[in-house]
Amino acid sequence: MAERIIELRDISKSYGHVYALGGVNLSVDRGEVVGLIGDNGAGKSTLIKILSGVVKPTSGEILIRGKPVTGWSAARSREAGIETVFQDRALAVQQTIVRNIFMGRELTGWLGWLKVSKEIEEASRLMREIGFTSKVFTPHSIVGQLSGGERQGVAIARAIYKQAELIILDEPTTALSLTETAKVFHFVRQVRASGRSILFIGHNIHHVFDIADRFVVLDRGKVALTADRREVKSAEDLINFMEDVAHPGGLPGLHEAGDVGSAAL
Amino acid sequence: MEPNLQNPLGVSRGEPARKEWKHPSDHWLRGFVLDNRAALGTLGVFIVMMAVFMIANPTVFTTWYLYSSVLTTLPVALFVVVPLVFVVTCGEIDLSFPATMGFASWVFALVVQAGYDPFLGTAAALVTGMLLGFLVGSLVVYGGLSSLIATLGMNFLLRGLIQIINEGKSMALTSLADSWAYKIFSSQVYGIPVQIFWAIAFVVLSAMLYNRHRFGAQVRVAGDNPDSAQQMGIDVKRVRVKVFVFVGIGAAIAGTFSVMINFTWWPTAGDGYLLPVLASVFVGGTPTWGGIGTVVGGAIGAVTVSFIQTGVVAAGLSGFYVQFFNGLIIILSLLGHKWNQARYR
Repeated sequence: MAERIIELRDISKSYGHVYALGGVNLSVDRGEVVGLIGDNGAGKSTLIKILSGVVKPTSGEILIRGKPVTGWSAARSREAGIETVFQDRALAVQQTIVRNIFMGRELTGWLGWLKVSKEIEEASRLMREIGFTSKVFTPHSIVGQLSGGERQGVAIARAIYKQAELIILDEPTTALSLTETAKVFHFVRQVRASGRSILFIGHNIHHVFDIADRFVVLDRGKVALTADRREVKSAEDLINFMEDVAHPGGLPGLHEAGDVGSAAL
Repeated sequence: MEPNLQNPLGVSRGEPARKEWKHPSDHWLRGFVLDNRAALGTLGVFIVMMAVFMIANPTVFTTWYLYSSVLTTLPVALFVVVPLVFVVTCGEIDLSFPATMGFASWVFALVVQAGYDPFLGTAAALVTGMLLGFLVGSLVVYGGLSSLIATLGMNFLLRGLIQIINEGKSMALTSLADSWAYKIFSSQVYGIPVQIFWAIAFVVLSAMLYNRHRFGAQVRVAGDNPDSAQQMGIDVKRVRVKVFVFVGIGAAIAGTFSVMINFTWWPTAGDGYLLPVLASVFVGGTPTWGGIGTVVGGAIGAVTVSFIQTGVVAAGLSGFYVQFFNGLIIILSLLGHKWNQARYR
């Protein structure tokens, strides 16, 4: 069995009397893409904040590579190799790809002078590693000239450079076209092939279904379903299940119109 | 990356990439032009402007005196234009440098007048400039004030302080003429004012600092996307204070040089530089919104601005045309750079 990068056991988080998360179990293994699905208010963002150490859980246990950790914090999360890639505002769009990858971690030599050729070499290697190769763009290209999917690629390459073992992609495909989404999927597969793990968070069940090895459905602060890729036949299965969860009594006529519901999700 | 139309969601698992990086412009010259468009554009403006002046009155432009006088005063501007490129790139502005020039050179004058070596005076001026830069920077960054207004206020405040204490009196420093400092910083080599060599060295070093040093890289990133820079572990506030300290250092050097040219310190030292220096930065091709800029462009902008006045007079026009030409050059440059900068937005 693959090494377990992180495991959350019975994690709860309450803000005053309001429960954002009530006893969530979640684990990510090495080289695995876990798809986290949930409607607005299901607790996805709270879960991301707990994973990145920004928010501390009210109760529960966090295990890194099988060992329980005490004093979970943003620094601990980074040490454990967890990096979150947000869709917007992560990149400096007037700068080159190189400057974005090495933002805050410039490769410097004597007296802080940049090792320019080493940076380009390293950037090229990282971009190759995630499958971002192009005849049009070089490490010197300005990020503002890249498309949305390619910008995600730069952010992912930066996360890998920061020795990330688990990359959390927060809604990476939400605002992207089909071809751009395909690019992001390509990067995700390359990252998985390199033995790193990805937690893919999405609204669009079809996107998550296409990329993830395992699904976790979050609903009102609880894990409603954990399913392996092999156990779920189609994205529609997942959609039907989510509708069942959302409307336990069942709304008449809704199940027949499964693919209509998918658009709403 | 080419979209895969047969298989838009891509099933290639871990397929190693074979394509390699390739520059859009295979020819090095084209790459160089693309990377330095702003600076080259400024150079173009300068060449066209000089051509117009020369056609108007060719004989005057063959006299060396004309260039010699520009080369004496230009370095003073260069020492502040260059750090200001860093400040503007960082998303700030500093209008307090004229007073810093006056204050730092005042310290220099006091030390020299007290009979100490001018080198010591220069060192004291540099420390003063750094401290004032730190003060102004801290006020803006940690005080959370608008740099436009806060530095304008500091300019008045510091200048007022100088005027109050000196009661408007200047200081003559005749002993400077025999000093080693004067020979090294302010004499002439084969008729060329030696200041220009120091200024060129400063510009080259700063351009490297801007493009090839961690400091420049962090200044650009902090001006481009401060939230992201902060998230990636850059202390954005510290970077912002540092650029103001850099202006303080530049202003101190500029102030000291201007005193060495005239052997006299005036309480108004530096005052006349505010608008020409600001104009040079923007004529040079650094945009107002932060994140990008060009040190070499700023230097060429300073050359352009300092030749306007000399050129107008030398071309046989009356001094009344100077302001008109100043404005014309600024507007034409901005229009040109607007087209240049489109690719960044």
